[in-house]
Parts: sequence; C-alpha cells; structure tokens
Amino acid sequence: MKEFRAFVKKEFHHIFRDKRTLLVLFGMPLAQLILFGYAITTEVENAKMMVWNQSPGQFSNALIDKMISSEFFTLTESVNSRKEMLDVFRKSKAHIAVVIPQNFEEDFYRGEASIQIIADGSDPNLATILAAGAKGIIMTWMKGKILNPVSIETIGTSVRWHYNPDLKSVLMFVPGVITIILMLVNTTLSSISITREKELGTIEILYVSPLKPSVIILGKLAPFVLLSILNATVILLVAYVVFEVPVNGSVMLLFLESLLFILTALSLGVLISTVANTQQTALMLSLFSMMLPTILLSGFIFPISSMPVPLQVISNIIPARWFLVIIKGIMLKGLGIEYMWKETAILMGMTLFLIGLSIKKYKIRLQ
Amino acid sequence: MQNDSVIIANKLTKKFGHFTAVDAITFDVRKGEIFGFLGANGAGKTTAIKMMCGLSRPTAGEATVAGFDVNTQPNEIKKHIGYMSQHFSLYQDMTIRENIRFYGGIYGLRGKVIKQRREELIAELGIEEYANRRVEELPLGWKQKLAFSIAIIHEPEIVFLDEPTSGVDPITRRQFWNMIYEAAERGITVFVTTHYLEEAEYCNRVSIMVDGQLRDLDTPKALMDKYHKKNMNDVFVQLASTSTRTE
Amino acid sequence: MVRYENIGKSYEGYPAVSHISFEVGEGELFGLIGPDGAGKSTLFRILTTVLLPDEGHCFFDGHDVVKDYKYVRRNVGYMPGRFSLYQDLSVIENLEFFATIFQTPIEENYDLIKDVYKQLKPFEDRRAGALSGGMKQKLALSCALIHRPKVLVLDEPTFGVDAVSRKEFWDMLKNLKSKGVTILVSTPYMDEASLCDRVALIQNGQILMVDTPEGIIRRFDKRMYAIQTQRIYQALNALQEMYDWQAYSFGQEIHLYAPETIDPSSLTDRLKAMGIEDVSVSLGEPEIEDCFMDLMVSSNIAENAE
Repeated sequence: MKEFRAFVKKEFHHIFRDKRTLLVLFGMPLAQLILFGYAITTEVENAKMMVWNQSPGQFSNALIDKMISSEFFTLTESVNSRKEMLDVFRKSKAHIAVVIPQNFEEDFYRGEASIQIIADGSDPNLATILAAGAKGIIMTWMKGKILNPVSIETIGTSVRWHYNPDLKSVLMFVPGVITIILMLVNTTLSSISITREKELGTIEILYVSPLKPSVIILGKLAPFVLLSILNATVILLVAYVVFEVPVNGSVMLLFLESLLFILTALSLGVLISTVANTQQTALMLSLFSMMLPTILLSGFIFPISSMPVPLQVISNIIPARWFLVIIKGIMLKGLGIEYMWKETAILMGMTLFLIGLSIKKYKIRLQ
Repeated sequence: MQNDSVIIANKLTKKFGHFTAVDAITFDVRKGEIFGFLGANGAGKTTAIKMMCGLSRPTAGEATVAGFDVNTQPNEIKKHIGYMSQHFSLYQDMTIRENIRFYGGIYGLRGKVIKQRREELIAELGIEEYANRRVEELPLGWKQKLAFSIAIIHEPEIVFLDEPTSGVDPITRRQFWNMIYEAAERGITVFVTTHYLEEAEYCNRVSIMVDGQLRDLDTPKALMDKYHKKNMNDVFVQLASTSTRTE
Repeated sequence: MVRYENIGKSYEGYPAVSHISFEVGEGELFGLIGPDGAGKSTLFRILTTVLLPDEGHCFFDGHDVVKDYKYVRRNVGYMPGRFSLYQDLSVIENLEFFATIFQTPIEENYDLIKDVYKQLKPFEDRRAGALSGGMKQKLALSCALIHRPKVLVLDEPTFGVDAVSRKEFWDMLKNLKSKGVTILVSTPYMDEASLCDRVALIQNGQILMVDTPEGIIRRFDKRMYAIQTQRIYQALNALQEMYDWQAYSFGQEIHLYAPETIDPSSLTDRLKAMGIEDVSVSLGEPEIEDCFMDLMVSSNIAENAE
C-alpha cells in the first residue's frame, strides 16, 4: 500500500509538472465547451432568410413578421419564382427559404396548410438547426391562431426540438464534450504516460523492482480516474453556470455511468501501451483508433441513423456511442437506469473484454 | 592573424540570463587543420559550436567562419560548412542513394554533380551492395562513415564533427579517422569534439574548454610536455577538474 | 555469483548474442567491454529478468533468472543503458520513490550511498533534468543502490560522460566493491577495461575473450611495435604497402602487430627511405584496445570484414 501511494504521488508530480498535459486536461474541455457553445449559437442568430410569398396579404405577413421578430432570422430577400430562389441560394445570400403557398389562409383554417422550408444543405448542421428553428416558430404561431392544436399535426415536429426548446446547441454538445474528454484523458494520456516510461528506460527499473505489475498499472491509472471525475464535474458546473444546462436526471447515476466509461477508456489505454513502444506511436494509435471514431461515429456530430449501413454497424463497437446515449438520457431527458440498462450492459461487457485482453497482453518483461 | 585562418573567434561570448555559457573565447583555426575542441559536459562546447555554425547569435564578441561573419552572415556560413553529430543519423527509412541525393540537393549541388559524387562515394566506401537498401540495414560503423562522407559531399571549407565516433568499435573508429585525415589532406578543415581522449592526440591542435573559457590551446605534444603528462587523458583530467561550475 | 551458460537471443531472426558463457565471482568488479550493438545490453537484460533468453541458462546467486525471477528482482540493482531517471522529479523525490518501491527506508542503507550521494545533497530540490551528466549518473547510481543489492548491474554508465566524471564514477565503483558489492558494468571505452578485476571482450554478439586485463594482454600472441612520427597518415600507408599486418594509429603513435620479430632499426630505415624522416620504432607494451582489435580481426567477425 505504501508503494502504491508513492507511485500515485509520483504520477501526480508528472502530471502537474507538465504544462502540456495540464493544458490537455483542463484547457481543452473549456475550449471545446466555449467553441461548441458560443460559435455555433451566434451563427444561428444571424441566419439570413428569404421569403417566397405566393399569397401576399395580412395573414401571411403576420407570420413573416413573427419569424423576423424572433431575432433568429433576418429577412434578406423576397423572391417571386423558383428560379429566383435558387439564384439567391447559389449566391449564398440566404441560408434558408420559407415558401408560403397560394390560398394559405383558407387552407390553414381547413387544416391543410403546408409551408415549405428549404435550407442550404452545404452546411448540414446549420441547415438542421435552422429548419428546426423555423418549424418551431411557425408551429408556435399557428397554435396561437387556432383553438385545436391537433389540426396542425400535418406539419410535424422534430424530436430533438422537443428536448432543446431554446435551440441551444450547447445542450447537445455538453454530453458530447464530456464523452470526448473522458476518452481523451483516459485513453490517450494513460497510454502516453506508460509508454513514456518505456522511452525513458525507467520501465526496466520498475520491472526489476519487487513491485507487482498490478500495482504499477493501478498506480498509473488511479490519478487519471480522479482527474477525469474532477474534469467531468468542472464541465458540468461550467455548463450549468455559463450555459444554464441542467442535469435533469440523477447526478449520482451520471457519475456511476461515467466511472464505468472511464474504466472502458483506461483499459483501452493500457491495451495501446502494451503494443506501442514510443509516446508518438501511442498518441497516433489512440488518436486514430479512438478519438476520430469517437468524434465521427458515436453520433456526437453526425446522427447514427443517417449514416450508411456499414458505418452504423461499425459504430456499434465504439464505446462512446453507447455512453453518449446514456449521458444524453440522464442529462437531457432525466431518464433512470431502467431506460438504459442495455447500453450499460454493453459498456460493461466491453470493459471486461478489454481488461482481460490487457492482462493477457501485459508482460512482466520487455519481449 | 594569418590569412589562411578559416575560423577566427574574437572574445566570442554567449549568455543565457545570468549564466555565461561561453566566456569570451579567442582562437583561430587554420585551413586544412584537424582541430580538437575538448571540454567536460556542460563546459560550453555545444553552445560555442552552435554560434560558429550560424545557429545561435553571440551575445558579445565576433567570429568569422570561412570568411563570413557569424553575426551578420549566418546563411552564408551554412553554405560553406558541413556538420555531423552522433545524433545526426541519416534518414533511416531512405536508401543510401536517396540520402546522398537529398543532402546533395540541400547543399545546392546540381543533379549531374550529385550523381557523379554519389557513385564515387559509394565506390570509395565499398558499399555497392547496400546502395539501394535502407540506411537502417547498415551497421552502425558504416552509418557513421556514410554520414561523414555526406557531410563533406559539397566540399565545404570546414566540417564540424560533434562526437562522431561515440560507441563505435575501435577498428571502425580508426577507419573513420583515416577518412578525416584524407579530408584534411584535401584542404577541408576539421573541427571535432570527442570523449575518446586518445583521439585528441590525432588532432593537429587541441583546445580545452573549462567553465566556458578556453583554458589552453596547443599541439597535443606541447600540452603533454607543458603539464608533464604522458597522454591527453591526464592533461584533460587535470585541466577539467579545476572546474568550479557546480551544475 | 552470476553465471551465463550458452546464452543465445535473437531479435526477429537476427542473433543479438550467441553461445555466451562466463562467470562472475562474488565481490568481483566485472567489465563487459565492446562497441554499440555488440550485445552488452541484451546480456544484462537477460540477467536482470527483463528479457527471456532463447537458449541457455543464466544463474543469479544460484537462482535461475527465468524460474526464480522474483528472487533476482529483489536482489539486483540495475541501471539500464542511457537511463535518465524521472527528469521532472527532484533529486530527493527520485531517491524517495525508488526507496519506497524497493521497500526500504533511505536511512537504512544510507551508509552505502553516502559517498555518492553527499555530492548531490546540495541539489536535493533540483529537478533531475537540470543536473549535469555526471550528477545524473551519481543520482542513478544512488537509486540503484538504495535497497543494498547483492549484485549491481550498470549498463554503459559512463557513455557520453566526460573524462573527469568518468574517473570519479570509477572511483565510486571501486569504493562500492570494497564494501562487498558484486558489480557488472559495460562500457564502449576500452581504456576502462584496466579498471576492472576481470573483463569479457564482446563484439557482434560473441565473446572474444574473458580474463583479467593483465591476462588478456599476456595472451596477445603478436609483437607490438610502436612507431612514432608526426606523419602518421603517410606512415600508415607505407606500412600497408610493406606488410600484410594490422597497423593502427594510437594517439601520436602507430601500433603495428607483427606475428614475427622484426628489427626496429631496419624498419626505421625503410620508413625513412620512404620519406618519413622523423620516424622511430620500438617494441611496445600492448593495451587492451590492441588486444581487442587483434581479436576482432583474427576471429574474423569484424563488423567491416571485407
């Protein structure tokens, strides 16, 4: 136990004396939050909108006024034909077009109105957010116009919209950032920290000491568990204070699930370090085998349902995919364990498999 | 000062904050000379060499290398010198021919000249069978010899060698020194550092740095006579142990 | 205390060492002398249990290093090659860390490291990365000694270290030896061989000879003629034309290894006739390096054998 404590102390010295590690640990999460939180919301506020109003009049103008007054959109163009509309899109003078059909008012009161929203898909993320935003404003407006809301079901709603009523993209990104940070800290930093000892030659001394391999590995990993829990807490606090993103579900459950995911990431880190002999290889391996798939295939940025089938299949083996479902469920929907036992079981299985593999691969010798 | 001096250093000084790494060293190196530059770890050798290669600006003092001023013409200097250290190994994942081509290219040799020199060099070293293989397959001793040949492929006026023979077996080391002699015979000035002190005796003149200062400079024989020692190792130990630098 | 029996080890099909057998007695200061890539580190790694041999056996204090690796790990002090400690920990933090993992308080064995460590004492709070080369070696040695090992294994401790620090380091080793520690040390510097009790000369994974430094010199089966001249390069070329023998520059002399007795004065005359006027030839005492080079060639395993 004394050896273990000495080991952990040494690891903390390494971490706190290396500016780069510190920056990755604490600078990166904040930078990502701010990047995702602010950069994307300001874009939405300045969205340029064009209108093709085929039934001009008081009724349709009221709808357009409502949209502009939301400060979400600015009216930049009014067009009168499909050709004109496409032209405006080509010149990038508008992000989104709202097409109001002929006989809008009559159709509306008959419950058959259909407003077309066309978004510039060259930036799919922005397009999704804008389309959802426009839909939302139109629906609210319509609800105020008639007594029976059932009759507007024809327009349809977006699921994401439902859990993110203010359209704050930061809501979607907080769980994603936590997932990425946990992966980054635990997989990348832990594999680098083990391979660094290989490079320095100190690993040979550790092998030749009476230390048990389990003490070496646990001693290496313990600081990262503590630091990433701390990290997740900081991100949640910042998200709450700055962006007013609450945790709707049980905080306790959130931490327990995070701990499970941390273990998954750590066992991956150890596995990488049994293969890599230099810090550089470890970094490359963890970046390409874990970071990129985590960002691209976990559903964080691109929805899994819209991926080609082969990629959907691959996404199944990415731990972050399952954790993202869990963390979104707890934070945004306030769900309990009964709704996510399947994802939890999958993560547990993965962790056990990885730990087993690492133990099998871990050597008490160099070769 | 003689006209045939290729390095003239006059009170060359480099300070890092309060620490004076190189403390007003003055010396000259003549054309075609093999000049040994000795000093304990941390005596300031590396800093001094960096200044002479135009990689680091002196804090005070001046020096000309191959006729160019280290303060104002560092880029000219780089064209007229060669450099090799124990760390400078060739690109391991490129073949020997590719390495020679590359370095010939960065020293501005024309394609035709490179081709001709390259084949000469491969023949001289007797490594025809390795020529199209990767450098990593070459034994250490040959790597060092190849690195030296490449460092002088553009016939520089001076070649700086920083511990070129570290860890090399004794026979290869002597073959390496034969190559140094040949280069010196052709008029290339050789500026060399080493931890093998009997190698210092192969030099025409030797300087010994202690605590950033040039403690002595002469032929090995004169130094041994002056300090009444039978070899350079003992001379070095006596001078270097006067060091007061704690770090 | 240490016994290698017909040890062999290959990396990816290339043999690093083969058929290595030698013994090191208790309390001995034993040197493994050879250039980079000769196989010194491989042999030390097998002894310290971090590498498994492909063939043969190795014994440490009577214990097989493969089967009984735990015993070895408790009783060996090991300093790997180019080893550089934890650069971001201070001197005292490094020492404390190694003391703890070797399950010993620093005070208990302080007498063993006192002579080495007292020079480091003023810099206890300095980071290891900011120490000079010589100081780093001293700290590494202190860390390797902290648990009072039976055998100390030092892989190229003086590599790249200047002559003054090297001399100090060897003085420290002698001092430790007098306290009964068995020491195995490797080095590429031939002149350090004479500081050992016994040495093994090693090249390309094979042992050239094992003996005391004096014994190795005694077994030199040629006559060594020292040729003094200021024109070494020309004299070497001249000798190459005259004989089929080995001749190497040695400081300001040339050493010629003659399988038969020659007359120094007639060689002097012949060299003078070839334009090397300042020459003088005398029968000399060979050094370890002479023996090493002669053995390299005669065993025909010279790296550059053409």
